[in-house]
Amino acid sequence: MTISATARSASLPHPIILWIAQFRAWVFLVMLIAFFEIWSRLSDGTSFLFNIYNIQSIAVFATAPLLLALGQTFVIISAGIDLSLGFVMGLSSVIAAHACNYFAARWGFPPFAAMLAAILSGTVVTIVPGLVNGLLISRLQVPPFIGTLGMYGVARGAAYLFAGGMTIAVDNDWYSAIGNSRVLGVPVLVILTGIACLVMHYMLSQTRFGQHTYALGASKAAANRAGIDIKKLTLKLYLLSAIMAGIAGALYTGRFTAGAAQAGEPLLLDSIAAVVIGGASLFGGSGTIWGTIAGALVIAVIQYGLVFINVEPFWQFIAVGAVIIVSVLVDQTQRRLLGGRQVE
Amino acid sequence: MSDDQPILSVRNVSKSFGAVQALHQVSFDVHPGEVIALAGDNGAGKSTLIKAISGVFRHDKGEILLGGEPIRFTTPQEAREHGIETIYQDLALADNLTIGENIFLGREPKRRLFGILPILDREKMAEAAKQTMARLDFHVTRLDAPVAAFSGGQRQAIAIGRALFWNARLVIMDEPTAALGVPEQRKVLSLIKSLKAEGKGIIFISHNLRDIFEVADRIVVFRRGENAGARKPLETTHDEVVKLMVGV
Repeated sequence: MTISATARSASLPHPIILWIAQFRAWVFLVMLIAFFEIWSRLSDGTSFLFNIYNIQSIAVFATAPLLLALGQTFVIISAGIDLSLGFVMGLSSVIAAHACNYFAARWGFPPFAAMLAAILSGTVVTIVPGLVNGLLISRLQVPPFIGTLGMYGVARGAAYLFAGGMTIAVDNDWYSAIGNSRVLGVPVLVILTGIACLVMHYMLSQTRFGQHTYALGASKAAANRAGIDIKKLTLKLYLLSAIMAGIAGALYTGRFTAGAAQAGEPLLLDSIAAVVIGGASLFGGSGTIWGTIAGALVIAVIQYGLVFINVEPFWQFIAVGAVIIVSVLVDQTQRRLLGGRQVE
Repeated sequence: MSDDQPILSVRNVSKSFGAVQALHQVSFDVHPGEVIALAGDNGAGKSTLIKAISGVFRHDKGEILLGGEPIRFTTPQEAREHGIETIYQDLALADNLTIGENIFLGREPKRRLFGILPILDREKMAEAAKQTMARLDFHVTRLDAPVAAFSGGQRQAIAIGRALFWNARLVIMDEPTAALGVPEQRKVLSLIKSLKAEGKGIIFISHNLRDIFEVADRIVVFRRGENAGARKPLETTHDEVVKLMVGV
């Protein structure tokens, strides 16, 4: 008896429909930009898109939530979630600011070396919350939602304690340049975030680590049966997301020439929203870095665009919230079309 | 390997959990190209036995020989490395990955992009998937489709294909037809015949006597952890096997 694979897979939608579903965040981004372009031309005759200042602002605006969202993408694909990222970023920002001042004042580091030491310190510190999250979830079987929510509180308290309840000013031209200067018109922050995106895309799509992350999110039993060390993988995932938040925090300090505990507070939800708008499922097993990049840009364009066309800023929250809900609805429809098993 | 040499020999194997004697002095052989059906009521010791063979836990007494060598695996991973593949009811496939990615899960092949950057070799995985599934008479047209897009019987075929690809010598199947509709059950039985034609040893557990009679070369019956008898399907009847199972 011949088993034909055509019977069932013939019911898969046309490849073009699948392609659109996969890149829906990019399609949505283009529609959004077109909307703002038309609006701004009709209302005051200026261009939204063909304005280098707008593009630079949106790109810089998107960097911090995107850096958080890159790590969050891995964690969400593995069917986890990291709620501690916002304050892990704040912790890194505060430590980086302190380190910059300390190494310059106490050890006489020249500005460039002090900047490197600051970024390194801020990033390295996040290994602690990352390890704790990973150990709690992998070894002690704490649900990711609870474990990282606990870490949200711990990191928040630690960040404010280290900051002494204030923002820590930094006076370092090199550090400020990292956060504010441009190379050939492209902001340095955007270049660095772009490099991070490429590295993360490579890790997710082309390495065993990425492949095993997808498998873990689809079925723990399958991953385990295939001989994948789930505990080690889970630990690595939460370490990765914490370190990405650490980089975001260290760069924040450069951009605002100050370390602040609340640096990432509003960005946590943006990071999750970017991943979800980008097509990942909170049930795990799906998502891409390209999708997350589009998701982060969608949020940045909505937030910046609404200000640009002089809509009251509170509409931003409503718009982003609506986009998240629509994305999840589209995702569920797509799963039904693909015969995914989320219904069972 | 000659047909006389069994792939697997289970000799006087006993296993108890505390005061409960789950297996007592159980013996049977599996030869290349032979399908052994394990039959028995719930709690007869079938699952305990396959878990002892596949490395889930160790037996207390007796010997398990694989190709003549005594084995005592401590993990399922170790058993798999020695060519014993167990296919469980839930199949343990990652739904979001393709057939090739599932076959290679945990052992993904790599190649170098521009001679430098190591990346996953997806072409190799797809090609291996195509060839392996063709050996099972399963001709896949969409190698890029996630496993979720395939039916229950096709998914069984994928799990079996993985065992085939990694050169399993012995394939253990625990209730492979239980969750399937009738046409799909037929397909799984034909898959078992393909494995048999490839010279694999197969241990097949089922509650369905009709399936057992269709594919088994020998039916080994268990009752309360002991051998209750072994019969060839052509030389016995459903009634006789049921009587052995319940001990009337």
